[in-house]
Amino acid sequence: MMGYIAIIAARFRALLQYRAAALGGLFTQTFFGLVRIMILRAFYAAATVAAPMSLPRVVSYVWLGQATLLLIPWRTDEDVAEQIRTGNVVYELTRPLDLYGVWFARSLAWRTAPVFLRMLPMFVVAMVIVPLVAPGWELAPPASAAAFVMWVACFAGAVLISAALTALMNVTLMWTLTGDGVPMLVATCATMFGGLVIPLPLFPEWAKPVLYALPFAGMLDLPSRVFSGDIAATSAPWVLAHQLAWTLVLVALGRWLLSRGVRRLVVQGG
Amino acid sequence: MDTLVLYIRYLAISLRAQLAYRATFAMKTIGHLLVTGIEFFGIWALFARFRTLGGWQLHEVALLYGMVDVAFSLADGFGRGFERLGRLLKAGDFDRMLLRPRSIVLQLLGYELQLMRIGRFAQGIIVLGWASTFIAWTPATAGLAVVSILATACLFLGIVVLQATSTFWTIETLEVWNAFTYGGNYAAQYPMSIYQRWFQRFFTAVIPLVLASYYPARAILGRDELTVLHVLAPLAGFAFLAAMLGVFRLGLRHHASTGS
Repeated sequence: MMGYIAIIAARFRALLQYRAAALGGLFTQTFFGLVRIMILRAFYAAATVAAPMSLPRVVSYVWLGQATLLLIPWRTDEDVAEQIRTGNVVYELTRPLDLYGVWFARSLAWRTAPVFLRMLPMFVVAMVIVPLVAPGWELAPPASAAAFVMWVACFAGAVLISAALTALMNVTLMWTLTGDGVPMLVATCATMFGGLVIPLPLFPEWAKPVLYALPFAGMLDLPSRVFSGDIAATSAPWVLAHQLAWTLVLVALGRWLLSRGVRRLVVQGG
Repeated sequence: MDTLVLYIRYLAISLRAQLAYRATFAMKTIGHLLVTGIEFFGIWALFARFRTLGGWQLHEVALLYGMVDVAFSLADGFGRGFERLGRLLKAGDFDRMLLRPRSIVLQLLGYELQLMRIGRFAQGIIVLGWASTFIAWTPATAGLAVVSILATACLFLGIVVLQATSTFWTIETLEVWNAFTYGGNYAAQYPMSIYQRWFQRFFTAVIPLVLASYYPARAILGRDELTVLHVLAPLAGFAFLAAMLGVFRLGLRHHASTGS
């Protein structure tokens, strides 16, 4: 266990170095946030029927999505990809650590440190600066203290799903090698079905039960709605159950695929 | 002539290289088709719920979306060399390119034709085709649509060239530029009239997306009477690319290599 914790800590520290990149990202995230809000405000202004989520909540939802954007597994781990391409992955197998465990630990750090770097300044922008310039466009504070506490828990759950998905994507590299295809499919599904582009509550009613059940909802949509109070704090344990169940499924799938991949592996001496 | 032959050879090599990994290529292309297809599904979902957007109907927004998306996929496909300039600089590959007796712009344009962008291109064409069935096309508006798409493609390419120019100073490609490339593409998929004034002004005067795609689209949809202004407006897209190539040449003078 100590080995995995050491990996997480080392990766976490390494990833926290990219502070300038985070600042540049902040500009882009704010820009996209503003465009999304302008589009949704225009739709709301023309609405003749009541929407299932109020405009202030939708605006908060957009900002939370922008803040926790990097929870989405955009890419596979480059170091792991390199190991698989060069064959150095066999050295990893000689270590007294479980390979899947190592990859999961790395993913866990990768899905936390960059998110923290971007989330905190994004919160400052969306909660403090935006209301000064454009009142009504801001990220509202959490619905209640309970909502905030549950959001923190759900955020942790979102990290788990995301890390499990990243580890699974790493495993698929054993088959695809160049490996840009799978991440692209996953990232697409995650942005659209996670609610980054359009808040999930605004989708047609028939699509919602499916969208809410998918693992992608657990990354951005469900935690954001716990924060804004759209999901009551008392219902938040269900969100956590959803996240943990999907994490278990994705971990099991990743482990199974990896064991098959390792079995295929032929080590050529030399 | 020689230049054109060389360019076509560059493209042919790049295509063959990409087809070497067939499974990944297929997945990337399908992925790209899906990425963008899902995007339009999102717009459809919003219209299914709200019916209208500032007086615009889904098929009208679909025309904007299709035109901008086709243009963006073209810029994305052909501008790969500029997009990767940061990496070329870091590895010192760029210095090797400078040694060759051919224009550096040509070499960067021919660096890699990203075939998987065909996914987005195809999807844009499909949406455009669907939107077309609601439009009473005339030769004039059809010609305007083609000019507008090419102009918008040049405009996006211009942003990518500017982004590349900035890497002469920063080396690392900064994420800031995504706001203007992907962000511009995203914003221009919706009618510009729904945005705030400052936003419209920025995308008219600084990055003339409004001129290259929004005004021509209004004329094609019959929202405006087609005037000579609607035909002149998209020329701003070509002018933008020309200006950015000028900036690129200026930036090139500051290039001092990374020493690797």
